[in-house]
Amino acid sequence: MKNIIDLKNISKIYTTEAGKTIALDNVSFNVKTGEFVAIMGPSGSGKSTLMHILGAIDIPTSGTYLLDGENVENLDDDQLADIRNRKIGFVFQAFNLLPRTTVLQNVILPMKYGNVPEENREPIAKKFLTLVGLQDRLSHTSNQISGGQQQRVAIARALVMNPAIILADEPTGNIASSQAEEVMAIFQKLNDDGHTIIMITHEPDIAQHSKRIIILKDGQIVSDQLNYQYRI
Amino acid sequence: MKFFAEIIKDGFLTLKLNKMRTGLAILGIVIGIGSVIALMSIGEASKKSVQNQIQSLGANLLTISPGSQSQGMVRGAAGGRTTLTSEDASALEAKKFSAIKTVSPEYSSRTQVISSQSNTNTQVYGVTQNYQTVHKVTLSSGQFISENDLTANSKVAVLGPTVVEDLFGDSSFNPIGQSIKINGQSFQVIGVTKAKGGSGMSNQDDQIYIPLSVAQKQVFGVKYLSAISLEAISQEEMTRAMNQAGYFLLERHKITDTTKADFTIRSQADIMSAMTSVSGTLTGLLSGVAAISLIVGGIGIMNIMLVTVTERTREIGLRKALGAKKKAIIYQFLVESVILTFSGGMIGILAGILTAFVYAQLNSSLFAISVSSIFLAFFVSVAIGIVFGWYPAKRASALQPIEALRYE
Ligand SMILES: Nc1ncnc2c1ncn2[C@@H]1O[C@H](COP(=O)(O)OP(=O)(O)O)[C@@H](O)[C@H]1O
Ligand SMILES: [Mg+2]
Repeated sequence: MKNIIDLKNISKIYTTEAGKTIALDNVSFNVKTGEFVAIMGPSGSGKSTLMHILGAIDIPTSGTYLLDGENVENLDDDQLADIRNRKIGFVFQAFNLLPRTTVLQNVILPMKYGNVPEENREPIAKKFLTLVGLQDRLSHTSNQISGGQQQRVAIARALVMNPAIILADEPTGNIASSQAEEVMAIFQKLNDDGHTIIMITHEPDIAQHSKRIIILKDGQIVSDQLNYQYRI
Repeated sequence: MKFFAEIIKDGFLTLKLNKMRTGLAILGIVIGIGSVIALMSIGEASKKSVQNQIQSLGANLLTISPGSQSQGMVRGAAGGRTTLTSEDASALEAKKFSAIKTVSPEYSSRTQVISSQSNTNTQVYGVTQNYQTVHKVTLSSGQFISENDLTANSKVAVLGPTVVEDLFGDSSFNPIGQSIKINGQSFQVIGVTKAKGGSGMSNQDDQIYIPLSVAQKQVFGVKYLSAISLEAISQEEMTRAMNQAGYFLLERHKITDTTKADFTIRSQADIMSAMTSVSGTLTGLLSGVAAISLIVGGIGIMNIMLVTVTERTREIGLRKALGAKKKAIIYQFLVESVILTFSGGMIGILAGILTAFVYAQLNSSLFAISVSSIFLAFFVSVAIGIVFGWYPAKRASALQPIEALRYE
């Protein structure tokens, strides 16, 4: 299998008035198509920062990132937007739903930018909202539903464009454990269908669903091991 | 095309979802545009009403007054200037100049007038029958001074409505046939002029007309005139009429140096431009106030657009993260701003016109719309709305999606 993700010496340094923070320190690793990777590590270790760079919504301070063989650095703004739209499904740690907008419209949004024919959008959105168990919340606005429900809307939104890569930042962080298992079942199924999944979690239970676990600490990879006991 | 139809549909949707933001932005635009249009229209109306009043003094009117150019604008006391005579007027009329239609010699002076009930001090005009045509005098009852009255030296008088009120206590009183005393001499009232509602330089409602011959010989004992009014045959022939009368009088008075002329000819246009400049000052003042409202309205629009920048920047970050291209973002915000400013603009125009209309009704004054102000206010507000809707979007769309998402 070819490398869908290839990171070489990626560093991310934040400079603020309080000083410099090295969020990522010379991180290198590959992910092959079809892998299911869990990223773990203490809070502040740089997991979200890494995920943002993987999702091409942030740029590293130094290092090279080949996404599906292409150097991200050489892509312009609109090409990146296109890649984010078609290849990547991103589940934000903070959900990031459009305020005052219905659940259905939130999930339809990526399809608007992806040239999905208008008549197909609603059925697709409904299909994935049903998958995450929100079929009866379609016309609620994003602030009329609970945190767990918002997280599931964010997951549905990440799936509608059928992206090759799914990047999920603590996708079960706000979800009750029974529902967390359902979400993991969805990811597992997607992975079985060939989607590459990278997921941040701090729960060992959840990490057990992955085939490979990377542990970050102070912006560096301290462990990168296959998970032989991953649960099916 | 489909791309834009969708963006426009989305624009309306977003505006509907954010009612508060939409409402405040529209309000700012309505205030900015509405107040400018209202103020400018009120100014325009007052300018028009001054012009109408001057028009009503008589069209194509030229006035020859005694005295040289240099003293021209200052009217001396009655009797101070004696260079114009009835003979001048008769000679002018006898010449039948091609550009001059009517010649109206006049002698006027302020004097005491007494009725059986009351007395007043008013302007008494000695006139010929020509005065009525030249100055567009209309009567509410009775008749004007006739040629017969002049040849027969009849002691008859035509009163303005204000004079009727002053002498008989009620402007609706019909004084025809009544006897009044002007400077001690008895006159019979034969007519009353229609109210012109004039104000300012000369109130035509507060005047009395008597035959010129009677005024000169019997009431005031003078041989000269205080003015000769001429009616030119048309607006275009005013200058020619002025030249014809001017050179004729110079010759009659044996004056070769035009700068030493012992009379002055002024056209109604001169008076008009003087008056319009007065109302122009008023319009200027109102324009100043209007400009301030436009600025205030503009700042209102700007504020509401900028206040929502944080939320909108995050929104842009999210849209970009989900795959929106720069163009899609910019168009979305432009379309929203255009919808906002145009709908606000339309409401503002209606509100401004309505305000000007209500003002005119309440003050029973003229109603006019200043078209230039509509364009000015509309385009300024629309420009502000669009620029301040577009600029934050432009800036936010240049950020990395994650930076925009974290914006605070
Ligand atoms: N926008 C930012 N500006 C400055 N420092 C940041 C920013 N984002 C993250 N950091 C810092 O970078 C480090 C890594 O953060 P993050 O990637 O969010 O960690 P994690 O997701 O593992 O908790 C932390 O020390 C955090 O304070
Ligand atoms: Mg994090």
